[in-house]
Amino acid sequence: MSISVGLGSYLLVGAMLFCLGLYGVFVKRNIIAILMSIELMLNAVNINFVAFSRFAPWADPGTNPLIGQVAAIFVIVVAAAEIAVGLALVIAIYRNRRTTNVDEFNWLKW
Amino acid sequence: MSTMATVVFFIFAIIAVASAWGVVTSKNIVHSAFFLALSFAGVAVLYILLNAEYLAAVQLLVYAGAISIMVIFAVMLTLRGDVADSSPVTKKWASGALVGSLVFILLALVILTHSDWRILAMPALAGGTTVELSKLLLTWYMVPFEAAAILLTLALIGAVIIAKGGHESR
Amino acid sequence: MFKEMNDLFQWAWLIPFLPFLSFLLIALVTKRSKRLSSTISILAILTSLGLAIGIGIGVIQSGSQVVENPVLTTVNWLSIAGLQIDFGTLIDPMSAMMLFVVTLVASMVQIYSIGYMHGDPGFSRYYAFQSLFAASMLGMVLATNLLQLFIFWELVGLCSYLLIGFWFFKVSAREAAKKAFITTRVGDFGLLLGILFLYNQFGTLDFYGPGSLSVQMATSFQDFALIGGVSYLTVMAVLVFIGPIGKSGQFPLHVWLPDAMEGPTPVSALIHAATMVVAGVYLVARMFFLFDNASPFALQLVAGMGAFTAIFAATIAIAQDDIKRILAYSTLSQLGYMMFALGVGSLTASMFHLMTHAFFKALMFLGAGSVIHALHEKQNIWDMGGLWKKMPITGTTFFIGVLAISGIPPFAGFFSKDEILAAALHNGHPVIFAVGLFTAFLTAFYMSRLFFVAFMGKEKPENHPHESPWVMTLPLIILAFFSIVGGWVALPEHNFGYFVHYGEFHHEGIDWTIASISILAGVLGIGLAYITYVTRAIKAENVVARFPGVYKLLKNKYYIDEIYLWFIHKVMDGIVAKVLYWFDLYIIDGIVNGLAFLTRGSGRVLRKTTTGQLQTYALVFFFAVVVIYIVFALGEGQLSTLNPAAMLGGVK
Repeated sequence: MSISVGLGSYLLVGAMLFCLGLYGVFVKRNIIAILMSIELMLNAVNINFVAFSRFAPWADPGTNPLIGQVAAIFVIVVAAAEIAVGLALVIAIYRNRRTTNVDEFNWLKW
Repeated sequence: MSTMATVVFFIFAIIAVASAWGVVTSKNIVHSAFFLALSFAGVAVLYILLNAEYLAAVQLLVYAGAISIMVIFAVMLTLRGDVADSSPVTKKWASGALVGSLVFILLALVILTHSDWRILAMPALAGGTTVELSKLLLTWYMVPFEAAAILLTLALIGAVIIAKGGHESR
Repeated sequence: MFKEMNDLFQWAWLIPFLPFLSFLLIALVTKRSKRLSSTISILAILTSLGLAIGIGIGVIQSGSQVVENPVLTTVNWLSIAGLQIDFGTLIDPMSAMMLFVVTLVASMVQIYSIGYMHGDPGFSRYYAFQSLFAASMLGMVLATNLLQLFIFWELVGLCSYLLIGFWFFKVSAREAAKKAFITTRVGDFGLLLGILFLYNQFGTLDFYGPGSLSVQMATSFQDFALIGGVSYLTVMAVLVFIGPIGKSGQFPLHVWLPDAMEGPTPVSALIHAATMVVAGVYLVARMFFLFDNASPFALQLVAGMGAFTAIFAATIAIAQDDIKRILAYSTLSQLGYMMFALGVGSLTASMFHLMTHAFFKALMFLGAGSVIHALHEKQNIWDMGGLWKKMPITGTTFFIGVLAISGIPPFAGFFSKDEILAAALHNGHPVIFAVGLFTAFLTAFYMSRLFFVAFMGKEKPENHPHESPWVMTLPLIILAFFSIVGGWVALPEHNFGYFVHYGEFHHEGIDWTIASISILAGVLGIGLAYITYVTRAIKAENVVARFPGVYKLLKNKYYIDEIYLWFIHKVMDGIVAKVLYWFDLYIIDGIVNGLAFLTRGSGRVLRKTTTGQLQTYALVFFFAVVVIYIVFALGEGQLSTLNPAAMLGGVK
C-alpha cells in the first residue's frame, strides 16, 4: 500500500476537526451548537497530543512518551467541567431570556 | 503498520471528520448532537490505533456517553419552535467559512511541509500503555490529578447552582 | 566611649517615631476618649524628651568627636537609576540642641493644653495634630538630606495649617490657615527649585558624609557663572533662602504669622514662636556650607533681610494692642535677629538665640494664653490691667520672659543677643549692629509696654481673673527656669560655641563693652515704657497726636496686607486674570474640546466594531492569527519557515 499512515495523517485529521469546530463556533446561532463545536476543537487538540506521544522520535529520550496521553486526560477532565458549567449557563440564560440564539446575546455591548 | 490498520484508520478518520461536518452543518440541533457522538466514537477508534486504549475508553465513556447525553438534555430543556430549524447559521457564515478554511490551509501547510512529521509509527508498546499511564498519573502527576478532581467537583456544584437558579429568577 | 554613644545615636529615629505612633493611635483608636488621647500624646513626647536628653548628654560627652563627625544612621528609601535617596537620622550638636528644645517646648505645651483646651469638643483631634506636628518637626531636625528635610518641612506646614484652622467654625481662623499655608508655599517653591537644581548638579542631597553636598562644595566643586555673572552657588543659596523667608516669616512673606494667632494660644507658643518658624533658620544653618561657599552676596542678603525684618516687625509691635499680635511681631523681629546672625556669619549666635528664644517666647505665649484663658478670650491689652496681683505665677513668669527678651543679665536672652551683636560688630557689619541694637531697644520697650499695661496698672472691675490650674502654671515655671539658666551654657570653657559652630572654633568670652551697650539699650527701653505707661510722665496719647501718620502706619502694619490685597485684586484679578481667562477659554478649552471631538469622532467609527457578539470577536481574533502568521512567514521569505518550532525559537 503506497499510502502510509503516519504522524502527519493524524495531525491532518486533528486540523480538520479543529477547523470544522472553528467554523461551527463562528457561524452557529444556537448556543448549544457552539458548545458542541468547542468540544470538537478540544477533541482535535487531544488527537494531536496522543499522536505526538505515539510518534515522537525527536523527543528528549529521558521523557516519558506517555506524557502526551496525560495531557489529553486533563483536557478531557477540563472539557467535562466546561461543558457542565456551560450547559448550566445555557439553561440559566434560557430561563431568563427565553432564547438560545446568540444573535440576541449582545449584552456585552452595554 | 499493517494494511489492515491503514484501512481502519481511513474508515474511522473519515467517519470522525464527516460527522464533525454534520455537526456544524446540520440545521437540526438533535442531529448535530448525534453526529457529535459519532464523531467522538470515531476519534476513540483513532486512539486505539495510537496505542492509547485507556484514552479510547475514557473518550467513549465521557464524550460519547456523558457529554452527548448532557447536550441532548440541554437541547430538550431549551428547545422552542420547529426542531428542523433549531440550529441555523448566522448571516456571517461566509466570512466564518473563509477564516476557518484559511486556518486549515495554514495548518495543513505546516503539517505537510514539515519533513519530520511524515514519519511512520514507532513499534507499539507491548501490552498496551494503560499500566504505564496509571503509574505516571498516580506518581509524577499526582497533584494535578487531585487538582483536576477538585476542579471537576467544584464545576459540578457550580453547574447545579447555576442551573437551579436563584429565587428572584422565578 | 564614642562607640557606645554611637549605639545610642542609632536609636534617634525613635524620637520622631513615638509621637507619630501616638498620632496614629489617637487618630485610629482612642479618638473617643479625651483623657486617653492626651495621656498617650504626652507620654510619647515625654519619652522623646527623655531620649533627646540622653542624646544631648551623649553629644556633650563625646565632645569634639561628634562635633567634627556628625553621626549618620541611614536606610535606603528610594533607589532608582540616577536617584538615590536615604532616610535617616543625623546627630550633631546642632540637631541634638534642636531635639532638646523641640521636645521640651512640645511637652510643656502639651501639658499646658490639658488645662487650656479643657472642654473643647476637638480635644482628641488637637492632641493628634500636636503629636503629628512633634513627629514632623523632630523628623525635620534629624533629616540627613534636603529631600527628607523638605518632606518634613511640608509636614510641619500642614500641621501648622491644621492647627491654625483648628477652630474651623471661625471664618477668621479658616482664612488665617489658608493664608499661612499659601504664603509659606510661595517660599517652599523656591526651596524646591533649589533642591532640584542642587540634585541636578551634585547628584546627591546629603548634608554630610562621603560625597555629600558639603564635601563636594568644599573640595571638588568648581563654581561657575550662571546668570549675568552671578555664580551658580549664589543662585542656589538664594533659592534655598526663599524657603526660610516664607517659613520663618521674613519680610516680605511675614504676613501670615500675625494672622496665625487665630489658632489656640498653645499652638502659637509651640509652632509660631518656638519651633516651626525657626525651621527656616535651622535650614539656613544646616545649609550654611552652601552660603559660605557662595559669593558674599548670599550671606549679605540673609543679613540684610534679617536685620530689616527685625526692625520692621519691632516697630509694628509698638503700636499693636492685641496681646498675641504683639508677641507675634516680636517673634518676627527675633526671627530676623537669628537670620542676620547667620548672615553675619555666626552660626553659633544664631542657634544660641534660637534656643533661648524658644524658651522665653514659648513662656510668654503660654503666659498670654493663661491671661486670655482667665479673662475669657479677651486679647486687647487695654482691657487688662493689674493682673499680677490676681495671677502671681503667670505675672512673675511673664516678667522673667520680658527681662529675658530685653537682654537683661543673667537671663537667657542677654547672652544670645550679646553674642549676635558682638558677631555683627566683629565681622564688620556696623550698620547691622546698629539696627540690632536699636531693635533691642524697641524690643525692650514694647515688651515692657505689654507687661506694664496688662499686668500692672489699675484693675478693671469687669474682669474676674483667677490663677490658672497647675497643669498650666507648671509649664510656665519650667520654661521660666530655662529662660533664666538657658543662657549660662555660654559661660564654661567648652561652651555652646564649642559644640555648635561653623569653621574654626575660637573661644570668645563675653565682650563687656558691647554687653554693657546692649544692657543699656534694654534698660532704656524698659525705663521708657515705665515712665510712659506706669508713671505716665510721658503721655502716649500726646506722642500719637504729634505723629499721627507714623502711628497710623505702624498700627496698620505698614499697609503690607493692603498692598498685597490691592495687588491681588487689581493686578492679578484685573489684568492677569482677564488674560488668563481668555487664554483658558479659547486656547485651553479649544485643545480640550478638540481632543473631545477627536475622541468622539473616532469612537463613533470604532463603536461599529463592538457588536457585543462573541462570535464576531472570535472571528476577528482568528483572522488576525492568520494574518500575523502570514506576515511572519513572508517576512522570513520562504515557506519552510512556517515551521512553528523554528518560529518560536527552536524546540528542535
